[in-house]
Amino acid sequence: MFKQASRLLSRSVAAASSKSVTTRAFSSEVPSTIDSTFVESWKKVAPNMDPPQTPSAFMKPRPSTPSSIPTKLTVNFVLPYASELSGKEVDMVIIPATTGQMGVLPGHVPTIAELKPGIMSVHEGTDVKKYFLSSGFALLHANSVADIIAIEAVPLEHIDPSQVQKGLAEFQQKLTSATTDLEKAEAQIGVEVHSAINAALSG
Amino acid sequence: MASTAAVPFWRAAGMTYITYSNICANLVRNCLKEPHRAESLAREKVHFSLSKWADGKAQKPVLRSDAPAV
Repeated sequence: MFKQASRLLSRSVAAASSKSVTTRAFSSEVPSTIDSTFVESWKKVAPNMDPPQTPSAFMKPRPSTPSSIPTKLTVNFVLPYASELSGKEVDMVIIPATTGQMGVLPGHVPTIAELKPGIMSVHEGTDVKKYFLSSGFALLHANSVADIIAIEAVPLEHIDPSQVQKGLAEFQQKLTSATTDLEKAEAQIGVEVHSAINAALSG
Repeated sequence: MASTAAVPFWRAAGMTYITYSNICANLVRNCLKEPHRAESLAREKVHFSLSKWADGKAQKPVLRSDAPAV
């Protein structure tokens, strides 16, 4: 019974591979990663075994880039411990890239942006939701999907201004008294992060 | 090529991106208001025991616990 199964399966694979050689299959039917020359040389060497499949045959194809710019941006905002927004459709997000605040609209050019500590705002109609991000990356894809990853993201209401002032003073003092490069770098990071939070709270 | 591109100050000081990012996250966590601060610091605690092996026997284990991950 199982000998029959492999024969039937190899028959259907052979049919698929001959199809891809003679006529172009629609890319939605056949995973475009089937390499027909490989399948044919496999058949010559091991005619009774199915050609091996690659991981990409099991993966869902990436959503293709639509020919016209979509009206909404799909945002996936993830933290190591939670998925804040997953596939949410919004009008715009403004992300705190190291090169400055960057507005992302649907149809944005594909970009990988490193984020600095700052505010990210998600605009949906008239709603604006703001988060303070500690640092991270934003991956903007051609199909208007934005993946934003950060280690910590807090709504501004959760921040305690007195702690921020204390931290800023402490790190400014550490910066002047730092000796090694590493200490200086740590103090500098402290000053930058606290100044960013201050600016976020007041701006 | 841009092999002489300006590196961020933390990389020039020998720090990796992960260390930088974790430091930033810790600083942000320390600035939160009370219930959120305790929750986030508790979330990041790690606990592990590490022992090196020599001659087929485990040496004295190094224990790290209840410290926020840095």
